[in-house]
Amino acid sequence: MIHNQDMIPQQPAPRSTIGPLAWMRANLFSGPINSVFTLLGLYVLYLLLVPTIQWAFINADWIGTSRDDCSGEGACWVFVNARFTQFIYGLYPREELWRGNIVFAGFAILIAWLAIPRLPYKRWVAIFALTAFPVIAYVLLHGGYFDLPRVPTHRWGGLMLTLILAVVGMVGALPIGIVLALGRRSNMPIVKSFCVVFIEFWRGVPLITVLFMASVMLPLFLPSELSVDRLIRALIGITLFQSAYMAEVIRGGLQAIPKGQEEAAAALGMTYWKRTALIVMPQTLKMMIPGIVNTFISLFKDTTLVMIIGLFDLLGIVQAALSDSRWLGFSLEGYVFAAFMFWIFCFSMSRYSQYLERKLHTGHKR
Amino acid sequence: MSVRPNARPGGQKPPFWRDRAKRALIFQLLLVAAVAAFLLYIVGNTQANLEARGITTGFGFLSNTAGFGIVQTLVDYSSQSSYARTFLVGLLNTLLVGGLGVLAATIIGFTVGIARLSPNWLLARLANGYIEIFRNIPLLLQIFFWYFAVLRTLPSARDSLAFGEAVFLNVRGLYLPEPLFESGFGIIPATFLVAIIASIVLVVWNKRRQDATGKRLPAGWISLLLIFGLPLLALVATGVPVTWDMPALSGFNFRGGITIIPEFLALWLALSIYTASFIAEIVRSGIQAISHGQTEAAQALSLPRKLVLRLVIIPQALRVIIPPLTSQYLNLIKNSSLATAIGYPDLVSVFAGTTLNQTGQAIEVIAMTMAVYLTISLVVSMFMNWFNARVALVER
Repeated sequence: MIHNQDMIPQQPAPRSTIGPLAWMRANLFSGPINSVFTLLGLYVLYLLLVPTIQWAFINADWIGTSRDDCSGEGACWVFVNARFTQFIYGLYPREELWRGNIVFAGFAILIAWLAIPRLPYKRWVAIFALTAFPVIAYVLLHGGYFDLPRVPTHRWGGLMLTLILAVVGMVGALPIGIVLALGRRSNMPIVKSFCVVFIEFWRGVPLITVLFMASVMLPLFLPSELSVDRLIRALIGITLFQSAYMAEVIRGGLQAIPKGQEEAAAALGMTYWKRTALIVMPQTLKMMIPGIVNTFISLFKDTTLVMIIGLFDLLGIVQAALSDSRWLGFSLEGYVFAAFMFWIFCFSMSRYSQYLERKLHTGHKR
Repeated sequence: MSVRPNARPGGQKPPFWRDRAKRALIFQLLLVAAVAAFLLYIVGNTQANLEARGITTGFGFLSNTAGFGIVQTLVDYSSQSSYARTFLVGLLNTLLVGGLGVLAATIIGFTVGIARLSPNWLLARLANGYIEIFRNIPLLLQIFFWYFAVLRTLPSARDSLAFGEAVFLNVRGLYLPEPLFESGFGIIPATFLVAIIASIVLVVWNKRRQDATGKRLPAGWISLLLIFGLPLLALVATGVPVTWDMPALSGFNFRGGITIIPEFLALWLALSIYTASFIAEIVRSGIQAISHGQTEAAQALSLPRKLVLRLVIIPQALRVIIPPLTSQYLNLIKNSSLATAIGYPDLVSVFAGTTLNQTGQAIEVIAMTMAVYLTISLVVSMFMNWFNARVALVER
């Protein structure tokens, strides 16, 4: 029997399994089909990226005041530069822009406070953001009080209007959505059928017909002496539309809560409203934050439709600027800028929602 | 001795507001009363407003002459046609772009979704890039991009981009050759139909035979051969009774062939690409939802990889995929209403747009438009519920 007393020294891993070459062999060239896909992918990437980078960066013109400053070989970002204030604030008077800035800053601080997990007093900040802040923002933006000059809503526009539409639509839709979702799970047949019809109606029609309805039919529905501002009409339409989607998200959350929670609360002698407000809703809303963020993203994108009824949101103001005779032919630059702005907002929100999903799901993962 | 459910010590009935059944009844009656009062208020206001503006209600306007032309019509239409005809033309155009959009979005979405899961790192990254870019940009912006920044900057008819002297692309649209069927062509769709029926019979027979004896034929390949081979054979046997009407430049524009207007192209591209990014995510999460144990168990039974996918993974993944896929299809059809922004003559554009402006019959027009979308939504979700029930997991 051969017996070896010596320990064999530790060997490094074989050369064929470590390093970038091995990684490439495993992930890019693991077979003939995969190699073809990789080469095709590289070619597509080359075809797409090289002209794009050349157009957007290398040959682009950045500084100037008129179209004569553009060479025409690449993108003319001068156009976006010259119109930047308008794209952000619409036709808001130039000397009053600080009011928009304060609202933007307040909004950003509140969102950051709510999104960063370590900061305290989340509940009070959330209540402030949902109740007092909209009033303050309205007073600041619209004016007419405290010696602030009035700025009528038809001068609001750009990114500011997009954010106002999305945020107000969302904040308005949340309570209606909660009521509808509770109503849909109610035992009372009339309440339940009323909620089902309401939800399915708004979910079944396109937002654009809702906006048409809000702009054409709402004036017919109200007494003739009561005229409603165009922005308010759009907001009513968006809120009703959004509340139906919100109701379905919340219903999904309500269904995810074990029935035992509500039964235990009932066994303790709590009334329906107490059970709902203290036991069910806190758990639902926490679980539903990713879903709510996702509906907010689609609402944020859908606000672009208000340009069809004549409001100038970010896309609307870009589209209007494109028909300016001094800047004809820069549609690509305008759209790329608008797309970039929307993309930044939507992408970061979707990342945040994915992060929350991971954070909230740790308990269930095996 | 029976105990009354609401009996109290002392035998009095509880006050009615503590009785759950009575409270529910009162609450519901109040709700009905509130909704009725609200509706009455609206109807009253509307009647007063309509009278003040001198608008008569009713659907009589549908038989009036429309008096405007439409660029793309699937049925006979002229400016002498009635508003009812306008409605039909718009509806068909909506269904056309919706149907073709669903088809293209499904193909792109499934391809990208599967590529997203590819072991090939680059392919997976590219698919991920596609998804993240296109689903985070508003659809209307994408429609504008394709229409104003791409299709409207194409060369004029004289300098069209030509693909093999048969297909031309210019600022006025895409020009394709149109097949003209001669007599005797009817036999080809007939053989196509026969081939489809034969394939269905074959698949059913094959399944029965496999269940009974364990033997199976490659029915999929045979069906494919039948469905494409038979009509081709018939085509050759009858001497190809088709001539092509080629588009040709005459004067400032092309004549002959099929013209696809740029509005349709832009809307169709944007809808398909946008919706495909959502479908890709649905497909990816559907496939990932199937636990790895399923694959391992199937491999332990020594099923080949192709059969593992076809018999184990895909049927289970479809169950997860179908409900959200349905709502994406419905979203696509509803989103096709954005056509009005670039002037593609869909239902919202020609009916809720032009017709409403000409007649002023806001209530009737908007109600009819909404009814169409609601009907489509209900029909599609009913069909999908039926399909979903068929593939649903049979649980104890």
